[in-house]
Amino acid sequence: MLFAPELVLLLGSLLLFFLSLGESDGKGARNVTILLGLAGFVLSIITLFQEGSLFMGAYRIDLFSQLFKVLIAVGMTCVVIFDGEMKGISARMRPEYYLFLTLSCMGLMLLVSSVELITMFVALELSSYSLYLMVPMRDDTGGIRFQMEAAIKYILFGIIATGAMLYGMSYLFGLTGSTHLEVVVPKIIELSASSPAAILGIALFMFGFFYKLAVFPFHFWVPDVYEGAANSTTAFIASVPKLGAVAILIRLVVMVGPTGGDALVNLLIVLALCSMFYGNLSALVQTDVKRMLGFSGISHAGYVLLGLLTLKDSGFATSIYYIAGYLVMNLACFLVICKVSKNGENVSIDDLSGLHQRAPLLALTLGVGMFALAGIPPFVGFMGKFMLLTGAYKAGHLTLVILAALNTAIAIYYYLSVVRIAFCNDPDERPSVSVDPMTKLVSVFLMVVIIAMGVAPAKVLELATTAVRSIL
Amino acid sequence: MDFLIMNEGFPLLSCLIFLPLVGALILLFLPGEGLARMWSLLVTLATAVLSFPLYTGFDPNTALYQFGEHKEWIPSLNINYTLGIDGISLLLVLLTTFIMPLCVLGSWTYIQKRVKEFMISLLIMETAMIGVFVALDFALFYILWEAMLIPMYLLIAVWGGPRKTYASIKFFLYTLAGSVMLLVAIIALYLHNDYSFSIPQMMGQDYSLTFQIWVFLAFCLAFAIKVPMFPVHTWLPAAHVEAPTAGSVVLASVLLKMGTYGFLRFCLPITPEATHVIGPYLLFLSIAGIIYGGLTALAQSDMKKLVAYSSVGHMGFVTLGIFVLNKNGIEGAILQMINHGVTTGALFLCIGMLYERTHSREISDHSGIAKNLPIFVTFLTIFSLSSLAFPATNSFVGEFLILAGAFSHNKIIAGMAIPGAILAAAYMFRLLQYVLFKGPGRPDLADLNMREIATLAPLLVFVFWIGLAPEPFMNVMHSSVDHLIEQVNLVKHVAESAPIAIAMVP
Repeated sequence: MLFAPELVLLLGSLLLFFLSLGESDGKGARNVTILLGLAGFVLSIITLFQEGSLFMGAYRIDLFSQLFKVLIAVGMTCVVIFDGEMKGISARMRPEYYLFLTLSCMGLMLLVSSVELITMFVALELSSYSLYLMVPMRDDTGGIRFQMEAAIKYILFGIIATGAMLYGMSYLFGLTGSTHLEVVVPKIIELSASSPAAILGIALFMFGFFYKLAVFPFHFWVPDVYEGAANSTTAFIASVPKLGAVAILIRLVVMVGPTGGDALVNLLIVLALCSMFYGNLSALVQTDVKRMLGFSGISHAGYVLLGLLTLKDSGFATSIYYIAGYLVMNLACFLVICKVSKNGENVSIDDLSGLHQRAPLLALTLGVGMFALAGIPPFVGFMGKFMLLTGAYKAGHLTLVILAALNTAIAIYYYLSVVRIAFCNDPDERPSVSVDPMTKLVSVFLMVVIIAMGVAPAKVLELATTAVRSIL
Repeated sequence: MDFLIMNEGFPLLSCLIFLPLVGALILLFLPGEGLARMWSLLVTLATAVLSFPLYTGFDPNTALYQFGEHKEWIPSLNINYTLGIDGISLLLVLLTTFIMPLCVLGSWTYIQKRVKEFMISLLIMETAMIGVFVALDFALFYILWEAMLIPMYLLIAVWGGPRKTYASIKFFLYTLAGSVMLLVAIIALYLHNDYSFSIPQMMGQDYSLTFQIWVFLAFCLAFAIKVPMFPVHTWLPAAHVEAPTAGSVVLASVLLKMGTYGFLRFCLPITPEATHVIGPYLLFLSIAGIIYGGLTALAQSDMKKLVAYSSVGHMGFVTLGIFVLNKNGIEGAILQMINHGVTTGALFLCIGMLYERTHSREISDHSGIAKNLPIFVTFLTIFSLSSLAFPATNSFVGEFLILAGAFSHNKIIAGMAIPGAILAAAYMFRLLQYVLFKGPGRPDLADLNMREIATLAPLLVFVFWIGLAPEPFMNVMHSSVDHLIEQVNLVKHVAESAPIAIAMVP
């Protein structure tokens, strides 16, 4: 029972594998995947407060890991439901597509439970390679094959990041003689005062996860992959893998302890600031919604780091809260993109013109999602930012807080311009958008979560704090 | 909680906040446009009626916060749901609840498309506005303050005039950019006060002068944009001109007051030393606003723009009254906030009614309509006279008090504000002269109907009530204003008496 969420996904992917052997249009595979997502969600909730370990402590079940598994399952289910028609993927590839999606989620679930370097590596690569394959599966509609370019970029940058990570791991192992995180990290912190190799090792190790989270300067894949991948693939890449990255980064930083690690904090400050400014300033000039959300994702990654660099429980809990909020806000925006896109093509900001007349519910979802990403109360984005800024100020980083606050002001412009197009412009012959009942349900669910988390964050925060304490 | 008189029994303030919100949620499921209008009118009227006990139950002899409510909200950050009103916020809450039914009435036929969504935005606005005035927790205040931007943005962006996109974006960006640093200041105060967001607890603390000045500047940026003070007023004319009637009324009557309310509630008591240092400069900005607003209003041919610029001038009077830091000035400022809400709100309603008939806001298109629309013109004349502070109308009392306060503070400053009063007469009479007498008239126009008269008549009552017998309105604010002045001058006494004490030691 303890490992049920992962096991269900594993069995499910075997089932999907058999489904993919025959000819099918993917409807059955889709239903299976939705059921898997829901099962993963329910099982993760059931095992939420259980604990246990496997493989001599290399794999651990605790509140922290289970919390992330819940979020991963939510993300997976939403993405599969709201891109029901799979407009961007050709029919004969759909079963495989769902297979890799499930495998990737399973990889992430394994990742958030790993506390040992090699296990982590295996889990991360399982998740990443599935994603690398999902990107080029996009239907070749325009004959430009830009999904291939995106896939190549994604895999090349990914492999470089992985290489750097492995190199860092070798340093960590060489310096400490162990691959278990709880042994490695304290020793490295001890060593880091005297040995630059220790800092280099831990920094290189983190690169792999910065890459997943798309922190500056590991973001180069973001705009092209977001643009090149099919809408639903982008929705997945943009939200779910980031959960895994944040989970591991927290596991790592938690062990640094509240005192040590000045070098690490400085590194995180620089990365956070660069991500925020780079992401927000670049997003200002985008015309493609997915590219814009990609750059906005970079800046949000910077915000998540604000919680990590406080080196306090409350800060980590806020980071979890923020990334969970980011998941729902981002899914809300991508839901709209997937639906507005007629045949799976990319959506420019102008394509959203007059959305409030073409599909009022989608326009409302988009508005809520965008205002939430911009950090306007009463949505979750505001509460998250507010707590992150408070935490960072409490830890004494005043300049950082002021610059981060300024970034909020920069960011509002591009989010608002999307809302403006959707609410102020006339549709000009653009067709109305049909929304199936399941998607309607998902969009209402996402909106309710965005508002509820923003208005009553106490419970979520409490859970996140307990989760962080459980891994100490 | 010694600053709060807890409200035992019926939670009046919470009801005021949540009634419009619940009304908006129910409205979501009601079919039909007529029903949407009736329902919102009902909800806003009920809120107005419900707010009446605030006045009757208010104890004017204490400066403590009354009708207090206190609930834990986010314990890990020590954010609480604390509500309460004092003599400064009481009238503003009443103004808000009183003006909202008139907004609904004023947009009865003006809004033709998406009536339901419009009314929902309006009701959510009301929730946020009442909340801002009664919140005593800084985090709660900030959340409501920012949350207000979304419905207001939609009011302008969806139902606005031809340049609505430009106006709404400008409004949103200006206000949001202004409040970003407010957030940092709030966090700084929170950390300086042992992790407490309680506004009354932040007052009267011993902050260093440098800290106070930074906090004051952060406050000032946010509030000055909202007021709006010269030179950050440029969003106002754009927003006013493009907004639908109800949007303009809400903007003029309530939103602008939040800036000046912010000065009174936060700047003066929390950073008194900085107020004494920076206040004098703000006096000059107020004078600049008065003169600039008057001169620009004189040059407008669009009636809405004229009233919008006159707002800049009137709000200049309010900030002038606040920063002279004496009793007359501050009481005049609070009264003038109410007056401006009544008078300018009424003027925007008048212009909206005219616009419905002619689809134009140009003064020249309405020349000589006095003979065609006698009732309308009577209303317009009285509200215009009130706007220029004619004796026996409400604004006269307010402006008189402010100028009296300014004279006892500094005669030069007061002298510089006088031309503003003359300019107000000039631009208002110019408007009246055109609309009343010049030109051929418009025989095709119908005079006001009963609904429109019912919209304007209550405002007319208040124009004369405050103008002739302001005491019921002044009584409630005396204790709170005395207390406020005490808080501001506390530091001054310390600063003045310190050298004497040192001199006496040897």
